[in-house]
Amino acid sequence: MTFRIGPRTNQIIAYSILLLMTLITVVVLFFIIGYVFKNGIGQLSLEFLTDKTRDMGKEGGILPSILGTFFVTIFAIIIATPLGVGSAVYLVEYTKGGLIHRIISFGADCLAGVPSIIFGLFGFIFFVIRLNLGWSIISGGLTLAVMIIPTIIRTTEEAIKAVPHSFREISYSLGGGKLDTILKVVLPTSLPGILTGVILGIGRAVGETAAVIFTAGSSLGIPTSAFSSTRTLAVHFYILAREGISMPKAYATATVLIIIILLVNFIAYRLMHRFMAKYY
Amino acid sequence: MIKVSIKNLNLFYNKVQALKNISLDIEKNEILGVIGPANSGKSSLLRAINRLSENDYARLSGTIILDDTDIFTIPINDLRRRVGLIFATPVVLPGSIHKNMSYGPKLHRRFKGSELDEIIFNALSAANLWKEVKDRLKDSASTLSGGQQQRLCIARTLAMDPEVIMMDEPCSGLDPISTAKIEATMFELKEKYTFILVTNNTKQAARVANKTAFFLAGELIEIDKTEKIFTSPADSRTDGYIRGKFG
Repeated sequence: MTFRIGPRTNQIIAYSILLLMTLITVVVLFFIIGYVFKNGIGQLSLEFLTDKTRDMGKEGGILPSILGTFFVTIFAIIIATPLGVGSAVYLVEYTKGGLIHRIISFGADCLAGVPSIIFGLFGFIFFVIRLNLGWSIISGGLTLAVMIIPTIIRTTEEAIKAVPHSFREISYSLGGGKLDTILKVVLPTSLPGILTGVILGIGRAVGETAAVIFTAGSSLGIPTSAFSSTRTLAVHFYILAREGISMPKAYATATVLIIIILLVNFIAYRLMHRFMAKYY
Repeated sequence: MIKVSIKNLNLFYNKVQALKNISLDIEKNEILGVIGPANSGKSSLLRAINRLSENDYARLSGTIILDDTDIFTIPINDLRRRVGLIFATPVVLPGSIHKNMSYGPKLHRRFKGSELDEIIFNALSAANLWKEVKDRLKDSASTLSGGQQQRLCIARTLAMDPEVIMMDEPCSGLDPISTAKIEATMFELKEKYTFILVTNNTKQAARVANKTAFFLAGELIEIDKTEKIFTSPADSRTDGYIRGKFG
C-alpha cells in the first residue's frame, strides 16, 4: 500500500514550507538591522553627524566620512551611468545578439562576479599609481564605477529588451530614425528599469569597503577637492571595529550607513512610482 | 490620377517569396480594399510601400512610384511621413495623448506658438476623437478604450499631413460601433487622402472600397471596381473566397 497525502494537506504543507522560508529570510534581515540599530542608535546625535572626527574616531563625529561617501558615490554614478546605459543600448539595438554581443555580455557577467578586493587592487595599481591620481575621491569613484558598470549594463539591457517591438515600429512608421526611436521611445520607456540598475549601483557603491580602502584612502580630513584622500563610512566603520578604536562609534557609523542606504532606496522607488503613474 | 503605381514587385523573406510579381495602380482620393486569406502577402505589400519591410530584412525587386517618384529615391523619413501606416492592434506610445500626437510632427520640423496645437486639434477632429479627449489631452493614452486608441493612431498619422494612408486590418479587434466610426472617418477623409485598406473582413471592403484587390499566396489574382469583384469576379478563386468557400 502506498502512502498518499490528500490534496488539501499537500497544499497546507507547501504553504507552510514557503511561509517558513520567507520568515527565515525576513527575520535574519530584521535581526541584522535591529542589532546594529540597537547598538548604534543611542550614539546618534546631530553633533555626531556634523562634527569632525577626532582622536582617530574615538571622539567627535563622522562628517568627513559622510562627505567622502557622498562624493565618491556621486562620482562613480556619474561615470558609470552613461557608460553602462550606452553600452546596453549598443548591445541591444546595434549588435542583435551577434558574436560581439555575446563576448561583451560574457565579459560583463564575469566582471560582475569578480570580488571587490580585486577591483580595489586594480584601482590601486592603475588609477592611484599608474595614472598618478593618488588616494583620492577620483581614484575611488573610478574604481567603484568600473565595479558597478556591469550591474547597470545588465539591468538596462533587460529593461530595453522589455520595450515592445511594436513601439519601435510605430516610431519608424511615423518617420523616426533609429536614434530618434532610441532616445524618444526606447529609453523613456525603459527608464524605471534603468533606474533600478542605478539604485543597485548606488547601494553597492555606498556599502563598498575593499575597493575604496585601496583607492580613496583613509584620511580623516574634510575633503576639499576631487584629489583629496577620504575615508568612506564603510571604511571608517571597518577601521573602528578592526582596530578596536571604539565599538560604540563603529555601531553608530553602521547605523548611519544603513539609514542612508534605506533612504536612497526609499526615495528612488518613490520617484520611480511617480514616474510610472505619470506615463503608464 | 494615379497616386501609387507598383510594377513587378517581388518580395522575399530569406527564401520565402511573399509577393510575386505584383503590378497595380492606386488612384488618388480612392480607397483600395485589399482582401485575401492569411499569408497572402497583404501586409507585406503595405510594409513594402513605406519601406518598413527593410527592417524585416526583406529583399525587394521591382518599382513603386509615388507621384512620379521612385520611393527608393525619397529620403526614408520623408516617405514615411507621406505614406502613413496604421497597424491592426492600436499601439499607443507611453505618455499622454498630447505626446502621442506631437511625436510624429516634431520628428520632421520645429513648431512655433500654437501651430502644433492647431495640427493636433485638426487631426483629432478629423479622426472624430476631439470631442472625447479634448479635456484630457494630458492623460495617459493607455486610459483610452480600444476603439479610441485606434482612432488616436489614425489621428497620429493624420497629424503628419500624409498623402497616402495605409491601414492593416484596422478594425480587427474592434466592436461594430467603433468599426462604423472608423469607416465613417475614412469616408470623410477620402476627399483629401488616398487609402489602402487591408482587411480580413470582406464585407468591410464591400462597404468602403472603390476598388478591391484579391491576393492569394503572394499573387494578385484580380483587381477591379468593388461592385465587380463582389458581384461578378473574373476569377473563380475570388468568387470562392468571397463566398467563404476557403480562406
